[in-house]
Amino acid sequence: MSIRIDPPMAMLAELTHRCPLACPYCSNPTELLAKETELSTDAWADIFQQAAKLGVLQLHLSGGEPASRRDLVELVAAAREAGLYTNLITSGIGLNERRLRALDEAGLDHVQLSLQGVTAAMADRIGGYKGGFDRKMHVAEIIADIGFPLTLNAVMHRENLDDLPATIDMALRLGARRIEIACVQFQGWALVNRAVLQPSREQVDAAKKTVARAIETLKGRLVIDFVPPDYYSDFPKACMNGWGSTGLNITPNGTVLPCHAAETIPHLQFENVAKRELSDIWYDGAAFNAYRGTDWLPELCQGCDRRDIDFGGCRCQAMAVLGDASAPDPVCRKSPGRAALDALLNEEVQAVDAPEFVFRR
Amino acid sequence: MTGADVPFLPRGVRTHFDAVRKVDVLLGPERVLVLDQVGTAVLGRLDGVASLDQISADLSAVYNAPVDVIAPDVIAFVEDLRDKGMVHVHPH
Ligand code: SF4
Repeated sequence: MSIRIDPPMAMLAELTHRCPLACPYCSNPTELLAKETELSTDAWADIFQQAAKLGVLQLHLSGGEPASRRDLVELVAAAREAGLYTNLITSGIGLNERRLRALDEAGLDHVQLSLQGVTAAMADRIGGYKGGFDRKMHVAEIIADIGFPLTLNAVMHRENLDDLPATIDMALRLGARRIEIACVQFQGWALVNRAVLQPSREQVDAAKKTVARAIETLKGRLVIDFVPPDYYSDFPKACMNGWGSTGLNITPNGTVLPCHAAETIPHLQFENVAKRELSDIWYDGAAFNAYRGTDWLPELCQGCDRRDIDFGGCRCQAMAVLGDASAPDPVCRKSPGRAALDALLNEEVQAVDAPEFVFRR
Repeated sequence: MTGADVPFLPRGVRTHFDAVRKVDVLLGPERVLVLDQVGTAVLGRLDGVASLDQISADLSAVYNAPVDVIAPDVIAFVEDLRDKGMVHVHPH
């Protein structure tokens, strides 16, 4: 087997699993890592240096809530010193003017602010945190005042997808340059709540129209990236742009993953930066090579003209829905797994009374 | 966009030499664009003062190419970056 392995472009650093919010669509694992197991400031700084040498250009600081780390400012400074483009993915809770100004000094490049809803009632219900919305709006004002480029990250699902026009308006009002409208992807905790979160086909169709219109009218003012819910698509997305091709993920304790949800695949063995150099893990690690390239793909995909477009889709979705991580993504209309996905979709969307959320506590 | 527009790289967008891949890149929110020689030359001239016409004239002198060949390419390149949110334009 001879696949050319390119260096990674992007790294997601999950600084902590701690988070003041309790979103029912949280994509983190159902078992969270405790604070005691988190990497130290120095360990992260070393990872950032290794990542930059390996070819990573963009660093996403995420969580949990990264602001729950007391050393966030130092971590940003370390990332910039390593030469990385540094993006902070936050709910805003845990940030205040003093901290934001310190992040500015440390060289933070970009802020991605998550939005749970466009009204306090909705946002605080979804986030499970009273007063969270007002604090977020206050943080957004300071972000604008400092001049950080801002992306509003709106996670959409059955309960709020109809608020999409108001969500786009809010991005404009907050001075965001970009909005990411991401329909919930079913990983981690979100799987527990799939039936409550899954939007209906009518909602999705309406959302697509709203997005198409907004892209036209807001061209040059607001960049709109839309991630449709993939259960309603005919073909899978190129998950992670191809396993082990572009990005990698570090968990709070230093475990290196090919994607955020890879730990849901039970037979894979993951390595830790404490034990091995990041570049060795990237080029040579068993988990990274397990689904790298297209040689491993089943026959169905080998003969398909989308093979080099979607690489068979998402491994974790195949695992979650079919119990087989090496099957084609069940979103694929050509795959035998699609029947299982359709069955889920029917059952869930037709439920007259949506079940209650199970909040992440 | 027109030749009179004065574009600039907004905060959060910057050029960077990628020492691993040995190329110039433009880094912005969730985006990495690999630049060719012309791209680097154009972006290096976006100072928020020069208009696209002035930039095209400058490039035409440096690369010894007719300005009416260069100008449309420069405008198209910068306009595409503007649509991606990676270039801003001063209001007239
Ligand atoms: S058959 Fe495989 S490669 Fe083709 S669309 Fe389906 S998942 Fe993608």
